[in-house]
Amino acid sequence: MQINGEKCTPDGRSVMQIIEDMGLKKEMVAVELNEEILPKDEYEKYVPGEEDVVEIVQFMGGGAF
Amino acid sequence: MSDTFTLGNKEFTSRFILGSGKYSVDLIKAAVEEAGAEIITCSVRRANTQKHENILEYIPDNVTLLPNTSGARNAEEAVRIAHLSRELGCGDYVKIEIMGDTKYLLPDNNETVKATEMLSKEGFVVLPYMYPDLYAARALRDAGAAAIMPLASPIGSNRGLSTKEFIQILIDEIDLPIIVDAGIGKPSEACAAMEMGAAAVMCNTAIATAGNVEQMASAFGDAIRAGRKAYLAGTGRVLERGAEASDPLLGFLR
Repeated sequence: MQINGEKCTPDGRSVMQIIEDMGLKKEMVAVELNEEILPKDEYEKYVPGEEDVVEIVQFMGGGAF
Repeated sequence: MSDTFTLGNKEFTSRFILGSGKYSVDLIKAAVEEAGAEIITCSVRRANTQKHENILEYIPDNVTLLPNTSGARNAEEAVRIAHLSRELGCGDYVKIEIMGDTKYLLPDNNETVKATEMLSKEGFVVLPYMYPDLYAARALRDAGAAAIMPLASPIGSNRGLSTKEFIQILIDEIDLPIIVDAGIGKPSEACAAMEMGAAAVMCNTAIATAGNVEQMASAFGDAIRAGRKAYLAGTGRVLERGAEASDPLLGFLR
């Protein structure tokens, strides 16, 4: 599977655990699963598998580009 | 009477918009406290595992966050970023930024029109960043844009109002707030944009790269207020040639 562009092996962690292991909180992020938004109440339940592409994003500074 | 402008369903008093790129706590603090910013733009990026900073902690509650779609190369990517930004839970405002060109960072007007149409239909308050072209501005208006954000000169250049004449055309012809964005380098240029009738000015690099960020934020705030006042007052006429005395032409001591 892929998380934020990096290939990794599924290890049974839920999306919530992945976020917390990154040192983040669920309020701070938005998650895309295979190019679809993953609702926040799915974070605990969903365990990404081999074929999943996960993007975890947050707000950063930004004016233009 | 209060002098406000409306974007979506919110009214704004301050006509200074801060871009928070190259941001620091000092930049945001100075922009809000010294220049009275009520809108701050930010970007959406992959979460960083090294740096756990959360920009939202530095942005006061009364400030409207305007996420941009920077990094998008076409309409589809911009829509995807807008969906993520809405999921981040700071409202429905979005500034469309679509750039296929990495040398000059010029916005792609065609893709911007497409993204504006798609996101307006979904209920976003869409503020498209664009190259000042009248036909594109009309298309953006028809696509449901809440305001138009033409560039003054290339992003981050601090070269000022190099597209002045074309921005004036948009101000005269498009019945939406025109927010001058990108390239403004000095307070005098922000003031000039406001005198022309711009609804607001957005700045980032000019302040972020200034010698004294706080003082420069304050100077921009003053300049934008002065320019707005001058616009409302209506500037005096310009003589095509010759001169006209402003003193009485009588009673000379000759």
